[in-house]
Amino acid sequence: MVRMPRVVGILDRKLLRDLWEMKGQALAIAVVVAAGVTMFVTYLSNFSSLQQTRAEYYDTARFADVFTSLKRAPNSVRARLEALPGVERVMTRVVADVTLDVPGMDEPATGRLISLPDRGRPALNDLFLRRGRWVDPARPDEVLASEMFCEAHGFGPGDRVAALINGRRRWLTIVGIALSPEYVFAVRPGDVFPDKRRFGIFWMNGTALASAFDMEGGFNDVSIALGRGASSADVIAGVDRILEPYGGLGAVPQTQQPSGWTLENELSQLQTFGFITPLIFLSVAAFILNVALTRALSLQRSQIASLKALGFANGAIAWHYIKWGLVIAAAGALGGIAAGAWLGAGMIGLYNEYFRFPVLYYRMSTDVAVVSLFGALAVAALGAWSAVRRAVRIPPAEAMRPESPVRYRRSVLEGTLRLPMASRIVLRNLERQPVRTLVSVIGIAFAVAVLVVGLSFIDVMERLIQQQFVLAMRQDATISFAQPRSARVAFDVRHIPGTLDVEPTRSVPVRLRAGARSRTLAITGVAERPTLTRIVDRSGRVISPPPDGLALSEKLGELLQVVPGDAVQVSVLEGRRPVLDVPVRLLVDDSIGLQAYMQQDALHRLLGEGDTVTGAAVTVDPEALGRFYGSMKAMPAVAGVALRELTIRNFRDTTAETMNLQIFFNVLFAGIIAFGVVYNAARVSLSERSHELASLRVLGFTRAEISLILLGELAVLTTAALVPGAVIGYGLGQFIMSSFSNELYRLSFVASPSTIAWAFLVVIGAAALSGFVVRRRLDRLDLVAVLKRRE
Amino acid sequence: MTPAPTREPVFVARDLRKTYEMGEVTVEALRGVDFDLYAGEFVVLLGPSGSGKSTLLNILGGLDVPTSGSVIYKDHNLTTAGESALTQYRRDHVGFVFQFYNLIPSLTARENVALVTELSTGSMTPEAALALVGLGRRLDHFPAQLSGGEQQRVAIARAIAKRPDVLLCDEPTGALDITTGAVVLDAITRVNQELGTSTVVITHNAAIAGIADRVVRLSDGRVVAVESNAHKLRVEELQW
Repeated sequence: MVRMPRVVGILDRKLLRDLWEMKGQALAIAVVVAAGVTMFVTYLSNFSSLQQTRAEYYDTARFADVFTSLKRAPNSVRARLEALPGVERVMTRVVADVTLDVPGMDEPATGRLISLPDRGRPALNDLFLRRGRWVDPARPDEVLASEMFCEAHGFGPGDRVAALINGRRRWLTIVGIALSPEYVFAVRPGDVFPDKRRFGIFWMNGTALASAFDMEGGFNDVSIALGRGASSADVIAGVDRILEPYGGLGAVPQTQQPSGWTLENELSQLQTFGFITPLIFLSVAAFILNVALTRALSLQRSQIASLKALGFANGAIAWHYIKWGLVIAAAGALGGIAAGAWLGAGMIGLYNEYFRFPVLYYRMSTDVAVVSLFGALAVAALGAWSAVRRAVRIPPAEAMRPESPVRYRRSVLEGTLRLPMASRIVLRNLERQPVRTLVSVIGIAFAVAVLVVGLSFIDVMERLIQQQFVLAMRQDATISFAQPRSARVAFDVRHIPGTLDVEPTRSVPVRLRAGARSRTLAITGVAERPTLTRIVDRSGRVISPPPDGLALSEKLGELLQVVPGDAVQVSVLEGRRPVLDVPVRLLVDDSIGLQAYMQQDALHRLLGEGDTVTGAAVTVDPEALGRFYGSMKAMPAVAGVALRELTIRNFRDTTAETMNLQIFFNVLFAGIIAFGVVYNAARVSLSERSHELASLRVLGFTRAEISLILLGELAVLTTAALVPGAVIGYGLGQFIMSSFSNELYRLSFVASPSTIAWAFLVVIGAAALSGFVVRRRLDRLDLVAVLKRRE
Repeated sequence: MTPAPTREPVFVARDLRKTYEMGEVTVEALRGVDFDLYAGEFVVLLGPSGSGKSTLLNILGGLDVPTSGSVIYKDHNLTTAGESALTQYRRDHVGFVFQFYNLIPSLTARENVALVTELSTGSMTPEAALALVGLGRRLDHFPAQLSGGEQQRVAIARAIAKRPDVLLCDEPTGALDITTGAVVLDAITRVNQELGTSTVVITHNAAIAGIADRVVRLSDGRVVAVESNAHKLRVEELQW
C-alpha cells in the first residue's frame, strides 16, 4: 500500500544533512564502531592468515601425523611400523640433545641434533632451506641450523658452534639456515616459553650423528604419515606396542606434538580473544548509539510529527531514523575494516617472533570483513531500533506538542546544603530524569570498563611472571641431566663453585590413561616441603604435594575426566616400564601447561627405585655466575641449563613484547571509546540544554556561569561513573579471562590499583577535553537563533 | 467567483469526547461536540486557548482519535480506523498547516513540498504549489533562510500540493505579524477558492472570522455558536 518511489531520495537528503549537522557526534560514534571493527578485523584476519599459513605449510612440508621417541631400536623395526594398518609412510631418525658452547655467550645453550637421510630430502617433516646449501654427506661436521637461533646470534653459513657430544667437544659448521614444521614454535624441553638464543636445532648427516651417539644401525625417533581415513588412535596403540621393548616414550598425534600443540592453543586463544574483546567494544558502541539516537530523536520530535501528519507511515519514519544508525555504523565499519587490514598486515610480522613459517602471508579474509560489516550494521540497527521505536510510537497529535515540562522538585541534597544557583540547576537536572542520568552514567562507566579491561592485560602478564618465576620457580638455574642419575650427582652439583642450594628433581615420562582418554607427559617429583620448585595455583597459593598419589593440573583432570579419589593408569615410559594404577589426590588450578606432580619419595616408591634424579634446581651466588656457567658447559651429564633471569628476560623480550603491542592497541581503542562516549554525552547535553542556557544568558548570566551548569553536569556524571565502571570492567575482564582457558594457559583476571587509576585518569582527561570542546561551542551560542526556535 | 458550497457533508462528527490524562490531572478537551463540514466550505473555528479547537482539528485530520463519539469522513469511519488506515487517510485526503510551520529544517522549500508530492499521485509540482502561495522564486532556500510568513507559505504549499480534499490549519497566523498574516490567509483563501478544497482554520482572533463561510465558536470543549456569513470579506477588507 505504501507507494514512495522517489520520496526516499528526499528523506535521504534530510538524513545526510541531519547527519552533517551532528557530524561531531556522528563521528564520535563512528570512531567507536571503527575501533571495535578494527580489533575484530586485525585479530581475526591474523588468525585466519596464520591458520591458512599453517595448513599450507604442514601440507607442503609433509608434516607427519604421529610422533614418538624411544631409547633405541634397530632399523629392522621400521618395517614392522610400516606394516601397521593405516600407516602410509614411516621416517626414522636419530635425535639428541646436547649442550652448546656458543662463541660470545657465557651461559650454556641447548642444541638438538636431528639426523638427515644420507641421500635426498626427509620423507616427512621436510625442511625449508632459507639460506645457504644442503649438507654434504661426505662432511660429517656440516649442519643446517634453525633460523631463530641463527637470527638471535647473527649466525650465517660458515659460522661455527661447539657442541658437547658424549663428553667430547665438537665443532659444527653451519652451511644452511633451515625451518621445520616440527619447530614452528621451538621450545626447549622443560621450558614454557621459546628462547631463541639458548635453543638451537641442527640437522646433520645421519651416519655422522648415529656414530657420535652409538646409534649406528638404529633410531630413536619416529614420524609417521597416516593414510586417508586411518585412525590415529589405532596407529598410536600399534606403534606403542611395537616400540615398548625399545623404550618407546609414547606416540602422540600431531595435535599433541609440542610445536603443533602450542600453535593450536595459541591460535584458539587468538580466535577467542579476537572475537570476545571486539564484541564487547562493539556492544559499547551499540549502547552509545542508542543513547545518542534517543537524544537526537527527542530533538526531532516535531519533525516526526510533521512527517506523520504528511502521511508517512510509522515504518517509513522508523526506517529513516534507523538509517541514521546504519550510515554511522557503515562509515565506522568501513573505516575499521581498512584500519584493521592495515594494522593486521603490520601486526602479523610479530608472530614471526615466536612462530616461524617459511612465509607468513597476510590475507585479509573477506569473511572477516563481511562479518564485521554486517555485525556492526546489526549492532547499530539494534541500538537504533529501541530508540526509534519509542519516538515513532508517540501519537502524532501528542508529538506535535512540545514535550510537556518535566516536574522538577528540590533535589535531595538541597535540603542539607545551601548551594549556588548553578549547582542547584545541575542537581535538579540530574534528579528529575533519573533514567537519562543513569544511562549517561552507564555509558561513561563502560568507557572506564573497557579501559580497565585493556590495561589489566599488563597486570595479568605480570601476575603470570610473578607466579611462574617468583613463586613457583625460586631457583636461579634448572639443570636437566641427559639420563636419570643417582642422587650422588646432586653432591657433584653442590660442589660446583658458586652453588648455594641444590634441590634434586625427578621427572619421569609417562602416559596417563583414564578410560579411553590419555595424555603423554612427565610426572614431576617434588620434595616433600620444596623450597625451590614449588606447586603454585592461580591465586598464588603454594600447594604441598600429597604424600601419595598424583596432583594434576585442573585442566588435565578435565581432559582425563578424573576427580580426586579416582585412579589413573600410569604407564611409565622408561626403565622397567611398570604400568600402575595411581590415585589422583589433588587437582591444582594452575596457570600454565598440563602438569602432573608427585612427592619425590612416593615417585621413587612407585618406580621401585632408589634416589634417582633427572635434574636439579639450584641457587647460585650472583658473583660466581661466570664460573658456574663454565662448569655447566663442561659437565657431560648435563643436557641443559635454564636460567631464571634469562628466562624472564627472554619472556619479556618476546612474548611480553608481542602482548604489549596488543595491550597498546586495546588501550588505544579503549581510549578512543572513552572519548567517544564522554564527548557524545557532553554534546547531547549541549543540544538539549541550549535553549535553557541561552535563556539564562539573556537574563544576564555570564558564559562562565552557564558553562558551569553544563560542565558541572558532565563532571558529576563522570565522577559517578568511575566506580561502577571499575566494577563493570572487573566483570568483563573476568568474563574474557574465563575464555582464556586452554591447555597452554589459564589466566586469571587481575587489575592493579594503578590500572584502575589510569583508567580513571584517561576518562577524566577525555571528559575534560570534551568539556573544552563543548565550552567553545557554548561561547559561540547564538542567543537569538536558539530562542527563536520553538521549544 | 465564490463557488457556492454544495450541501454535501465531508465530515460528520457526532458527540465527540476526548479526555487526556496529563500526569495527575484529567483534562476534558472535548465534551460532546457535533460538527459538520461541507464540500468546498471555508470554516473558521473560533475560541480561546483550551477550548478544544486543536483537539477537534487533530481528530478530523486523523492525528488523534476521540475517546467516544463518531467522526465520518465521506465513507471513512475515522473513529474505528487503525494506525495505518489513518496514515493512509492523511496521505490521501488531508493537508495540514500548523502554527509553527513544522518544516523539515534540513530540506529546502522545494524539497519540503516534494516530500508530499512524491508520496501521492495526481499532485501538482512543488514549483506550481510554491508559485500558488507566491514563493515561486524562493525554491532552494532552507527554512532558516526564510521569514516566518514565507515558512508558513511553504507549509501551505506543502499541504495543498497533493490537492487534498480538506485543508486543516491550526493557528496559521498565530506566530505572524498582521501584514505577513494577511499574506498567509490570502494564500489559504486562494487555495479554497481555486482548488475548491474544504478548509478549516483555527484561530483565537475573531477578526479573521469574516473571511469564512461559517464560523464555529468553541468554548470549554463545547460548540457554543455557529454563524453563517451572508457576506464573506476579502482578506484585505479585514479589520485587525
